[in-house]
Amino acid sequence: MASLKDLRGRIASVKSTQKITSAMKMVAASKLRRAQDAAEAARPYAERMDRMLGGLAGSMAGLPGAPKLLSGTGKDEVHLLVVMTADRGLCGGFNGSIVRATRNRVAELQAEGKQVKLLTIGRKGRDALKRDHKDKLIDGYEGVGKKGLSFSEADEIAARILAMYENGEFDVCTVVYNKFKSAISQVVTLQQLVPFPVPEAANANEAPAGPKASYEYEPSEEGILAELLPRNVAMQIFSSLLESSASEQGARMAAMDNATRNAGDMINKLTLTYNRTRQAMITKELIEIISGAEAL
Amino acid sequence: MAETLEFELVSPEKLLVSEPVEMVIVPGSEGNFGAMPRHAPMLSTVRPGVLDIYKDGKVANQIFVAGGFAEVTEERCTVLAEEAVVLSDLTRDDVEKRLQAARDAEQEADTDVEKAQAAKNVAVAEAMRDAIA
Repeated sequence: MASLKDLRGRIASVKSTQKITSAMKMVAASKLRRAQDAAEAARPYAERMDRMLGGLAGSMAGLPGAPKLLSGTGKDEVHLLVVMTADRGLCGGFNGSIVRATRNRVAELQAEGKQVKLLTIGRKGRDALKRDHKDKLIDGYEGVGKKGLSFSEADEIAARILAMYENGEFDVCTVVYNKFKSAISQVVTLQQLVPFPVPEAANANEAPAGPKASYEYEPSEEGILAELLPRNVAMQIFSSLLESSASEQGARMAAMDNATRNAGDMINKLTLTYNRTRQAMITKELIEIISGAEAL
Repeated sequence: MAETLEFELVSPEKLLVSEPVEMVIVPGSEGNFGAMPRHAPMLSTVRPGVLDIYKDGKVANQIFVAGGFAEVTEERCTVLAEEAVVLSDLTRDDVEKRLQAARDAEQEADTDVEKAQAAKNVAVAEAMRDAIA
């Protein structure tokens, strides 16, 4: 059995671990608040852009002059997966579930005989995927959104993706990220970015949409669409980055809350053993004294 | 106050302005246009320039936008801006610095993507300078 001194040492070490995890939980909670606010603030822009695009893309889809971002390259050979993970660990299954979803998707696509390329955002995802998909990894971003996420960062990534698309380096682009559902639950989401998925509803409502059809376009329908689509790619990346960072903080908060609770349980158990051992020793000493006295 | 339209200015980061106004002058890519109540519905791209917001027959606010899109309907005008700053918050020094930085970046850019990005930044900074002048 462990000596009293060992037990005291273990209790002290678990206590200091608990202090760290509970501090991390507090930090994650306040960061989560900020990340949630940022995600909330970005929503109006996304909504309005969707409204503009929905009508426009619906009426343009299928027309011969439609931009490549809308109609696609006409092929479905090379898939680009943009994988969004965190730069840091200690956030439960956050990174793991993204990596797993990516692996599954890669296996699926390869089974269909497609070529896959990976672009990672966040260090953890790159490190995990480097092991068995090194050949598919084209690049990895790190430290995105370290000092608060700004649109220009998303824009940079989008510009990179669009340039690759222009050069014909891939046909379909999908983002893999954690969608923020609540502070304790995140949903791994695969969202197609390129070509732009035309909402079904917009297509169906196209004919009866009276006022929508009478828009005037400056410079032209194609001109606006050609500007709006790349912007939309950037916006989609921005909003998934925001979702991902809110999810990360939520996941970390939950993980740290669990760790703090486990440490508490551990401390209770150790304290109980410590006290029992201490009492046993006292009893043993007493017996020794009494039996010594009796022997006289 | 005369008839008004809902004016909304949104940047990717947040909703900046949402208020009823009499008229907005938007720097469209094909020339400035004024959006007033019961304007015919239109969609336009916006070049870097200044939005003039009219209330009670005079300019109430001027906001610099770094390009984007505008949607006008009969009762609403929505501007999706890439970046927006209230004109009076811009100082000559800051703008000159920004222009210089943008020009330097343009010189150093080597890939096509970087060059295009840098050229855009220069255009925005130039429009900003013209807006203050």
